[in-house]
Amino acid sequence: MELQFDDSALVRDYISGDERALEILINRHNQRITSFIYSKVLDRDATEDIFQDTFIKVIKTLKKGNYSEEGKFLPWVMRIAHNLIIDHFRKNKRLPKFEGGEDFNIFSVIGDDQLNVERQLIKDQIDTDLGMLIDELPDDQREVLIMRIYKDMSFKDISEATGVSINTALGRMRYALINLRKIIQKNKIVLTN
Amino acid sequence: MEKIYSEQTNTCRLTRVKKETITFLLHYSRSLKVINYQGFQFESHLN
Repeated sequence: MELQFDDSALVRDYISGDERALEILINRHNQRITSFIYSKVLDRDATEDIFQDTFIKVIKTLKKGNYSEEGKFLPWVMRIAHNLIIDHFRKNKRLPKFEGGEDFNIFSVIGDDQLNVERQLIKDQIDTDLGMLIDELPDDQREVLIMRIYKDMSFKDISEATGVSINTALGRMRYALINLRKIIQKNKIVLTN
Repeated sequence: MEKIYSEQTNTCRLTRVKKETITFLLHYSRSLKVINYQGFQFESHLN
């Protein structure tokens, strides 16, 4: 016959530093506490979380010496779990939860517009390649293109900065783009993400 | 609109928490030390 220590003896042992006593207590009551929590929240992950939080409270209370021997150990733990279950429902009321079902996934509705690492790498590469292509352009065209695209200047500002008319600046921009396309086509460069 | 509030339900009853959860709690318990100093209690975690 297995020797069974009662809970209060194990609690006393644990308070006096025997960590093994806690393991016995947790394993002994694991099923009852888990079933109790699960019957209320009906969610496996939430059950694990509440179980964990319950025992963190138990451990803290016991280690701080705030546990009174008056009641029984299990009803006391159940009470803590019960309070945490209430907290769980209160929190869920404030923060509605979206979960994916078989036929519906919330991530098909909300998306992340940030590029992932791979796409970011590709984008950086394209930017670098494009910079090198722009360097191939004649000086006057390159100047206008850089001012328009990279410095976001208006054609009016560009014409003032370069000392040519707006139409000339527009024309240089047009030729810059045509020439870029030519270089890209000629060298069969792929610049898509 | 209410159609998007769907919940995934696993019909299997959960009767015991995972071993990892228990291991975590035992490690947590081992690392936690409560220090009493002049009527104050301090929690410290040893690595």
